[in-house]
Amino acid sequence: MQDYIVLGYGQLALAALLILVNLVLSIVLKLGLERSLCIATLRTVVQLLLIGFVLEWLFGQDNPFIVLAIALGMTAIAASASINRTQRRFSGMYWDSLLSILATAGFITGISLIGIVRVDPWYDPQYLIPLLGMILGNTLNGISLGLDRFMTNLIDQQPQIETLLTLGATRWEAVHQQMRDAIRTGMIPIVNSMMVVGLVSLPGMMTGQILAGANPIDAVRYQIILMFMIASGTALGTFGVVLLAFNTLLVPHQLRLDRLSSSS
Amino acid sequence: MTSPILIAKGLGRRLNNRWLWRDLNFELYPEDRVGLIGPSGSGKTLLLRTLVLLDSIQEGAICFGDDSSGQDVLRPLNRSSITRYRTQVIYLPQRPAVFDGTVEDNLKHVFTLKVQTGVYERSPILHYLNTLNRSEDFLTRSVRQLSGGESQILALLRALQLEPQVLLLDEPTASLDPDTTQQVEELINQWMGGAANRACLWTSHDPQQIQRVTNRQIKLLGNQVKGSV
Repeated sequence: MQDYIVLGYGQLALAALLILVNLVLSIVLKLGLERSLCIATLRTVVQLLLIGFVLEWLFGQDNPFIVLAIALGMTAIAASASINRTQRRFSGMYWDSLLSILATAGFITGISLIGIVRVDPWYDPQYLIPLLGMILGNTLNGISLGLDRFMTNLIDQQPQIETLLTLGATRWEAVHQQMRDAIRTGMIPIVNSMMVVGLVSLPGMMTGQILAGANPIDAVRYQIILMFMIASGTALGTFGVVLLAFNTLLVPHQLRLDRLSSSS
Repeated sequence: MTSPILIAKGLGRRLNNRWLWRDLNFELYPEDRVGLIGPSGSGKTLLLRTLVLLDSIQEGAICFGDDSSGQDVLRPLNRSSITRYRTQVIYLPQRPAVFDGTVEDNLKHVFTLKVQTGVYERSPILHYLNTLNRSEDFLTRSVRQLSGGESQILALLRALQLEPQVLLLDEPTASLDPDTTQQVEELINQWMGGAANRACLWTSHDPQQIQRVTNRQIKLLGNQVKGSV
């Protein structure tokens, strides 16, 4: 039986009218966002419908390699998204990001599926794909913020860093403060949302489960596990990428700002 | 004849595919006071930065003797000896960087580095402050209240307390008033007199200062080097 209202395409079209609010605002206030809004609306519809069909097909599969291939593809896209909006870049940044996000998401999703949720078989796409997606989406934010902050710190504090180096500091001693600050920055969003979750915000996944008829208590249990997965994923991913960036931008014992270029 | 403290062998520096200086050879001897002169853009700062390896050596080598070896052999620098080397050869930039806290926090902070085996001592600092007619109160001042000249004095004290063998001074008094300039020169004088095996290399836009504080000069001439010894 189905204890939720199945939405038809007509209802989707009605909901799309809500975007008119944004459009009108943009036109009246001359925000210049009309084009972006239209593209974003279209992308939301197309991307989500597509993934709906893909998931429907994927959930019918019983081949771990297909599931893993999809998971890898998602990870690669997350890695590229994580470095798209940093103000500066260095060569190899994508690989650093990919390595941290792959190791982090693999590790966290793995222990959650096998050790905590105990899914059988472990690659059951109904669990693996959404959990991985949530980890990736949040870890990429942490990586993006942490990386951006680290590079900005190095540039802003070049005199202090080089002063320490000239007094005999190792590269680690010279920038560990800037690294700590960057990792902290990457972790702030998830700590903030853990503080107010349920009070101010009802997380999207939980809302979705409840709308789809799940028992709220069951939905909440999933959400708690997910918050913890996201928190540790963000921390690990940010730590990893800052460490890799450190290794590129500080060679023993020099600050190599010449390896940074601004992205325009 | 005394042996040199530091030798630069065939140093070269490229900037945008143009050699700023190349085949640069010189030695620093004990009690040497050397002026590094040349027009703006001739790469004086880059040379000083290269000498402490803040910039990579693109060509040539730097040889430096390790006091502890007790030998006259100067060895080329390598990765593992850089941190030790930098406690003996200290580069002071034109605009000093200070860390949050008081003047004394800044002085102490240096000794938290792994390579520093000594501990912070107040008395040598007080001795230097005495030369400058400054009281102990200077140590408890917050760095936020320091003028540009006072920051430079702090940077100098921070380096001098390590008793380095060589100071590389990049326009240390460029933005200072005459009184503070004189104090900085006095501090360096006092440090030079503290032991026989010390040397310094200065850059300055002020020819009179170069005459006053150095006894020979190395000239960088844009594209090529007229390196008098």
